[in-house]
Amino acid sequence: MPTTAAPELRRYVAHVMGMPISLALRGDHADDEHARRAWAAVMDELAEVDRVFSTYRPDSVVSRLGRGELDLADAPVEVHEVLALARRAERESGGAFSVDLPVGPTSPGVRRFDPSGVVKGWAADRASRHLAALAGTDFCLSAGGDVVCRSARQPWRIGIEDPHDPARVVAVVPLRRGAIATSGTAHRGAHLVDARTGLAPEGVASVTVFGPSLTWADIDATAAYALGTGAAAWLRTRPVDSALVVAPDGTITTVVPTA
Amino acid sequence: MRRIVIWLASTVTVVVLLLGYHTSTSSTATAAGSSSTAPAAPSTTSSASGPPTPSSGTSGSSGSSSGTKTWTGDVASTRWGPVQVSITVTDGKVTGVDVLRSPDGNPRDTEINARALPVLVRETIEAQSAKIDMVSGATVTSDGYLTSLQSALDQAGI
Repeated sequence: MPTTAAPELRRYVAHVMGMPISLALRGDHADDEHARRAWAAVMDELAEVDRVFSTYRPDSVVSRLGRGELDLADAPVEVHEVLALARRAERESGGAFSVDLPVGPTSPGVRRFDPSGVVKGWAADRASRHLAALAGTDFCLSAGGDVVCRSARQPWRIGIEDPHDPARVVAVVPLRRGAIATSGTAHRGAHLVDARTGLAPEGVASVTVFGPSLTWADIDATAAYALGTGAAAWLRTRPVDSALVVAPDGTITTVVPTA
Repeated sequence: MRRIVIWLASTVTVVVLLLGYHTSTSSTATAAGSSSTAPAAPSTTSSASGPPTPSSGTSGSSGSSSGTKTWTGDVASTRWGPVQVSITVTDGKVTGVDVLRSPDGNPRDTEINARALPVLVRETIEAQSAKIDMVSGATVTSDGYLTSLQSALDQAGI
């Protein structure tokens, strides 16, 4: 095995949007002023995204839109960008994915505006440009388990969490350039729902999507998860590189698109 | 020789090498390498390209059919650039795959590279035994993070 000694790895961790952001850097600017500035730029940008999109902050743009206090026409351009992504995802998933989610079985017909399913991957994808600008430096950025990375050296090795036991991984993926997103309920109960029914999907424990863009890997993972038992079949029609679907009984299906 | 030690229950079932070239022989195919190319087909062990040459394993006894060995495939010339894959075999089973070289450098290559990866190595293993840099999972919340594997990696700083 050609073992050109791997350059030293430097890790950064911070929390924003209620989720952990983990960064690994190696190479020329892994641990210097450039690295720290790029990391700060990533975190600043994610904090700004949170101020605009958080459904937990009453003063966020999204909350004000939801309450009808702000007209969509007056919303920042980022909101329009995210909504365009969301509409496309909704269309292409037959409505299983949506940013207008049913409130719950007890309130039929009532829906709430929640763009979280688009925002996370999109925001991390976008923020990663600060890291891509570090010359001679490999990066691997994880926003709450959604990963985007680049390497000019050996591939990053990404473990895919076992939805039934977060201390284990069901797969390891060497990745030199690209994105990986996983959707499931491992850490937040039955939160993700099929937007058509408002119910938690059945027949799927987690979905991991590999693709060139984290924005779409995240959207596709979330939409596929919402489709439940239809996840693998739907993913085969998507422009993803590949995907893993873990069933509730632990069975793993590897999806390679037919296109 | 980074993460050979995937002994336990290494149920490596599938190795899917997603190389974008289905029909191999077209275009610039610079004579030499193309014959040894033919990888791609989703299969088990043999998807490492070309006739592999074994290199000595670091751990495990040196018996021919036991212990850990790493096989490094020849560099396959594809029309997008060189590709080289190595596999690690423990007790006759593939326990790891590394892509040592893949095309890079221009937009076209980038696109192909994105198609070419990932190599999925399906392993049900203790995460500690896998040499991994990052975790993709549904660890959405900061609360969940505290008990997560990612937090262990971050703390270990490796």
